[in-house]
Amino acid sequence: MRVVVAMSGGVDSSVAAVLLAEQGHDVVGFSMQLYDQRDSPEAWGSCCSLGDLQDARRVANAVGFPHYIVNFEEQFRRAVVDNFVSEYAAGRTPIPCVHCNSGLKFATLVERADALDAEVVATGHYARVDRDPVSQLFRLRRGLDRDKDQSYFLFSLTQAQLSRAAFPIGELTKPQVREIATRRGLLVAAKPDSHEICFVPDGDAAGFVKRQLANNVPAGKIEDTSGKTLGDHDGIHQFTIGQRKGLGLSTGVPLYVVKIDPTDHRVVVGGKHELGRKELTASRVNWIAGAPPSGAIRAAAQIRHRHREASGLLTPHDADHAHMVFDEPQTAVTPGQAVVFYDGDAVIGGGWID
Amino acid sequence: MYLDHNATTPTHPLVRDAMVRVLTEDVGNPSSVHYYGQRAKAAIDDARMAVAALIGADASDIVFTSGGTEADNMALRGTLAARAAHGRRRLVVSAIEHEGVLKTARALEREGWPLTVVPVGTSGVVNPQDVADAVSADTALVSVMHANNEVGTVQPVAEIAAIARAAGAWFHTDAVQSTGKLPISVRAWSTIGVDLLSLSAHKFNGPSGVGALWVRRGVQLAATMTGGRHERSRRAGTENVSGIVGLGAAAAIALQQLATPNAEIQDLRDHLEQSILTRIPGTAVNGDAHARIPNTSNISFDGIEAESLLIALDLEGIAVSTGAACSSGTLEPSHVLRAMGVPQARTRSSLRFSLGSSNTRAEVDRLIDLLPGLVEKLRRITRSAAGVR
Repeated sequence: MRVVVAMSGGVDSSVAAVLLAEQGHDVVGFSMQLYDQRDSPEAWGSCCSLGDLQDARRVANAVGFPHYIVNFEEQFRRAVVDNFVSEYAAGRTPIPCVHCNSGLKFATLVERADALDAEVVATGHYARVDRDPVSQLFRLRRGLDRDKDQSYFLFSLTQAQLSRAAFPIGELTKPQVREIATRRGLLVAAKPDSHEICFVPDGDAAGFVKRQLANNVPAGKIEDTSGKTLGDHDGIHQFTIGQRKGLGLSTGVPLYVVKIDPTDHRVVVGGKHELGRKELTASRVNWIAGAPPSGAIRAAAQIRHRHREASGLLTPHDADHAHMVFDEPQTAVTPGQAVVFYDGDAVIGGGWID
Repeated sequence: MYLDHNATTPTHPLVRDAMVRVLTEDVGNPSSVHYYGQRAKAAIDDARMAVAALIGADASDIVFTSGGTEADNMALRGTLAARAAHGRRRLVVSAIEHEGVLKTARALEREGWPLTVVPVGTSGVVNPQDVADAVSADTALVSVMHANNEVGTVQPVAEIAAIARAAGAWFHTDAVQSTGKLPISVRAWSTIGVDLLSLSAHKFNGPSGVGALWVRRGVQLAATMTGGRHERSRRAGTENVSGIVGLGAAAAIALQQLATPNAEIQDLRDHLEQSILTRIPGTAVNGDAHARIPNTSNISFDGIEAESLLIALDLEGIAVSTGAACSSGTLEPSHVLRAMGVPQARTRSSLRFSLGSSNTRAEVDRLIDLLPGLVEKLRRITRSAAGVR
């Protein structure tokens, strides 16, 4: 069977490709060049940098399957970077990896796979896909390594995409993946994990957004929850809900960003107790089964990548919207982040926090 | 099936044998006085004669380099350094030059040297009148390639050289894609106005990493690689003896082949081209159909990404190319097709087939049988993807 594998040059996708090749599949590796790193003096990236693309190529070469580097600069800018900038500018905190996974990686790799008569598109995500024995629908489940699980980033996959998807390392733990790489002598076996947003390698998202907007970011006031002005700021793009550092306020008590109002560029701060939210609504919801549950159900919701899912009542409003009421208040429910709903380790669906 | 001979060509077995022999037997440094050195020096001298014979030059006017790009750099930079003092500081190059010339000229422009880029017509041929309009009393060098690497078009080098000389400018031609494919006589050209010519061994069955710059006698280039007195102080550094011997062997073979006119490659190219044009709708040839090197065909397949077709063909064992490959191996829209005014969509849907002497009719027929189905499938996928979006 021919399998298209998305290879970032890291250890996870390298091992995914190697395992498929060892199972006898006709593996075709693809790496995406996501931004121009050749001519620009200030190259953006660390992940998917030229070095990473070379690593992917060397792994493919060592194992002996074809590998192509395809240029996705235009699509990446459209699907990921522009959205990242406009979300920050609108006072929300975006999560670009989701757009990259579904909008870019899967959509375009399925297209590539079709062109090459490949049935399956594989990635190095810690997630699992299987079929519900009763309904025969495809299920997206957490990776077995709970610390590394990436199902949160994949909630927007459709049944059509899941039917073609494979996650060869979803049953493995990170140490196992590294061991496989070491035993095979892969040059990426000890390569460090990438953490930061790939196109903002210095971690300074605010600086990146400001540059992208050519410094065109309106200033505003910082207030407390009673409406009293505490200070000024030079752009809401540098704040996120729950943020404590970098507020430039000198008060005796620790203050956190509890609200960002893009209409008048207002940042509202409050004490830790004011950060909790018991409910949220989500838009542009994708239901893994292809349709929302028929009514309210008990579910667990994860509101950011590093969040222990919290249980509550999930009510689908319509095909696109959902309402979640938590049993206990959750800290820093952040507009722009994804919320993903789980039933045990299976993803029910997910959407964007309003 | 290898159809990417404009990228590089397989090393001829006789070239390989000559290189192995020199690597095995001639251990000396060509600059050494002793017997070993003399042997190595003699090997280089023989190669110089062979290269000179291929392009109708005097051996003493050949400077060996590390390839076409170094020869281009030497021509451009060496000319500016030599002529700036005489008030000639401007470079004039065509818009379809290989990056060895075009990017070097752009880099020099950033360093403060004035640059004029001459446009090209839709057929991919430079109009000499446009060069005449571009040259002036401050022009140091005009550089227009002999044959274009992407679409294969042959430029009116003699006419342009005459224009350059009349304006007091030196003239350089990048002949990397034509050497070994077309007869060249710099002896005839030099009387008209050609002063400098670049060539590269691996484009005509020689090894990569070696080439030459022909410099007309009387043209005093400033050395860009300084050091020892190698290559008559025009290019310092111990010679790449085995590479140069390989270049010489390849030149001798090419000269022999050019002496016996043979339309085999052109017939095969025309067969491929005509079959594609008649069997696949929405296809067109880029570049002038007649003023073209015989092995090259650049074809647009409307409605598909050429990159996808390239990959699909590669998985069938057929190697072709699209646009210019960048350092990471990804593709960018061709500056040549853009300069020819080809619409953006078509620049992304164009493939280059470049044939060589080892290609057979059976190979080309297999490609012709495969292509219509692949193109149809890719068009279907592109259409349905566009529908989804």
